[in-house]
Amino acid sequence: MAKPMHPTPNLDELEKGPWPSFVTGLKRLAKDKDYVVDVLGHLEHSYKTRKGYWKGGTVGVLGYGGGVIPRFTEIKNEKGEAVFKEAAEFHTIRIMPPAGWHYDTKTLRQFCDVWEKYGSGLIALHGQTGDIMLQGCTTENVQPAWDEINKMGFDMGGAGPAVRTGMSCIGAARCEQSCYDEAKAHHGIVNRFLDDIHRPALPYKFKFKFSGCPNDCMNSIQRSDMAIIGTWRDNMRTDEALAKKWFAKHGMNELVNDVIGMCPTRAIQLKDAGAVSKDAHITSVKVNDSQALEINNKDCVRCMHCLNVMTGALAKGKDTGATILIGGKSHLKIGATMGTVAVPFFSLKNDEDYENLVELAQTIIDFFAENALEHERTGEMIERIGLVNFLEGVGLDVDANMVNNPRMNPYVRTDGWDEEVAKINAKKAAA
Amino acid sequence: MNQPAAPRKPVEGYLDNKQFLHPKFSANYGNWKYHDRPRPGVLHHVSNTGDEVWSVRAGTQRQMDHYTIRKLCDIVDNFGEGFCRFTIRSNIEIPVSSEAKVAPLVAELEKNGFPVGGTGNSVSMVAHTQGWLHCDIPGTDASGVVKAMMDELYDEFKNEQMPNRVRLSTSCCEINCGGQADIAVIIQHTKPPKINHDLVANVCERPAVVARCPVAAIRPAMVNGKPSLEIDEKKCICCGACYPPCPPMQINDPEHSKLAIWVGGKNSNARSKPTFHKMVAAGLPNNAPRWPEVNAIVKKILMTYKEDARPWERMADWIDRIGWPRFFEKTGLPFTKYMIDDWRGGRYNLNASAHVRF
Repeated sequence: MAKPMHPTPNLDELEKGPWPSFVTGLKRLAKDKDYVVDVLGHLEHSYKTRKGYWKGGTVGVLGYGGGVIPRFTEIKNEKGEAVFKEAAEFHTIRIMPPAGWHYDTKTLRQFCDVWEKYGSGLIALHGQTGDIMLQGCTTENVQPAWDEINKMGFDMGGAGPAVRTGMSCIGAARCEQSCYDEAKAHHGIVNRFLDDIHRPALPYKFKFKFSGCPNDCMNSIQRSDMAIIGTWRDNMRTDEALAKKWFAKHGMNELVNDVIGMCPTRAIQLKDAGAVSKDAHITSVKVNDSQALEINNKDCVRCMHCLNVMTGALAKGKDTGATILIGGKSHLKIGATMGTVAVPFFSLKNDEDYENLVELAQTIIDFFAENALEHERTGEMIERIGLVNFLEGVGLDVDANMVNNPRMNPYVRTDGWDEEVAKINAKKAAA
Repeated sequence: MNQPAAPRKPVEGYLDNKQFLHPKFSANYGNWKYHDRPRPGVLHHVSNTGDEVWSVRAGTQRQMDHYTIRKLCDIVDNFGEGFCRFTIRSNIEIPVSSEAKVAPLVAELEKNGFPVGGTGNSVSMVAHTQGWLHCDIPGTDASGVVKAMMDELYDEFKNEQMPNRVRLSTSCCEINCGGQADIAVIIQHTKPPKINHDLVANVCERPAVVARCPVAAIRPAMVNGKPSLEIDEKKCICCGACYPPCPPMQINDPEHSKLAIWVGGKNSNARSKPTFHKMVAAGLPNNAPRWPEVNAIVKKILMTYKEDARPWERMADWIDRIGWPRFFEKTGLPFTKYMIDDWRGGRYNLNASAHVRF
């Protein structure tokens, strides 16, 4: 277009080398848009001075309190005018992508059309929040861009002290390790909390992530307040043909070093095929005509290692569901915390199970809303009040799977001991 | 007279993803049996019914201009089957229902500059943040750091030659939005914020800023007759937590905001429990546009791991076996006093045993 390009000697360096260059992409956009000419100038100024120059503000769409990330330039001349005036406003719209980040090309092209028309034309697939990030838009264009996207059937993501956009792995759609319908759980929970996503009114952010197995491809233990991680309770399953095929290709050294030797709980042993235990908790599979793997499912912690190495030969069981961990977050303010087990096994097989999951999430969100301090994440709240108070508040039973080891200090009042034992025994008797 | 159009109210609801699934994904939903990798960048999944699908994975720049996305759509339409998905590390995956379509699809992606790889024991694309392009508190850039890094690791993305998968992240402030990773590059500020006392009273909610500080180093104060804040600089840990709620407390510094490198973060539960990454280098210059000092150390750590780790050992598993003294010895990185944890709970990270490596 009319506006000449600013010199960008620093950014030009990022057009070199084999990896796809976002700078080359921005320059393609700048041919049609003065807006992006100034975005490049703005970014080059950051590279030159090694500082950022965007400040937040308040920009939104009708009916919602969050989801737009406003940015106004701080690069001003002595009169207080924006130096890169076309790019004085550079807002981002967060859009919730389809669960598992699946698309058809028609939808992707529609996003391109809308953002070419109203925005910079720059789209991040995807941000660390899991959102589609439509990056770079003036205040004036936020509403019309949003209207068109909303008409496509998409809804806005979360920002600020709100329930945030969820993330789920590819799971059941294409993965043999998937232990539940991740997208079904994801949809159920997001659709329950739409109000809490769009109208930030919680003490701080609350994130749900859905991983179909303990490989945790969504990093849910470290990055979400409520992690729903697929697992199974019964015995691991096997396929002898695939086990023999694996062994024929990889041999005894790899079987011993990479599978048996790397089991974290020493649950796997190599046995003569005729000497495998007949115990009900044993899974076994022959790797050749004379030798078999013997796996004690009571010792197994469902870490996934042997299933990853011998995919298909060893497989999850049939009594599937999820382990739920609560309280993962990054550093601010008390230091990074991982989620810890709140429900060792939550059955996820039928519609009622999925509804129960949504109800549990609601109970936890309600407790968080009532009890967390301002700007306090769930993990920090639990650190402050103790896990037992949290569990009692949301109505979950204690379980030895929740700890690495029992208490190591005597600083606790145990005068309710007999009542607790009686309660546990009564529950056992009723079960 | 024309009435102005009534403002449009949003239609709320999370749309079902079923319409976006490749037909093979829908047909075999929840019924997959196993997978293998015929070559780096290609996943081959087989279902319990014997149905098969091949997914070709390629790297992207994540921040994509619409021309790039349209180009990818053309490739998906002409060489794939109209559907695609993205991974958590911004790689595109294009599924096809016959093996014969794999090679032409791979060739077309490569021809258009999208490297095919990122599967199995490769170094996948770096999970990263917004940086100078869009963030309001960035100490450095994100896309640029990643571009420079992936240029160096291009062959490692396209091949599966590492002991196990390698996940990298970068973060442009200490909040660490990039996340835990085998190797993470994160800004580490080294000086307390510089306060613009003229602006604090108008811009900042002072009690909220005081409350935000992890070490209670901030207190309200009158400065030059104006209500402002002051910092006990001896207490300050230079974390930058006060900067987002109070931009006049400028933490970013072109000279003193350095980069640190962390290793051994693991998201997965495979073998060991998940781990957080640990600091192994700091004080690196924020040397835009290509951050050579950072890349040299990342590469040194990666190549040491590649040479020394056993099959299936992630970075954390490898270090667990060889021990931290040998990690520092083998990588040639200095172990300094700043790596001894003194944050709350930090004593847990000290060696309470006679297990010593010589």
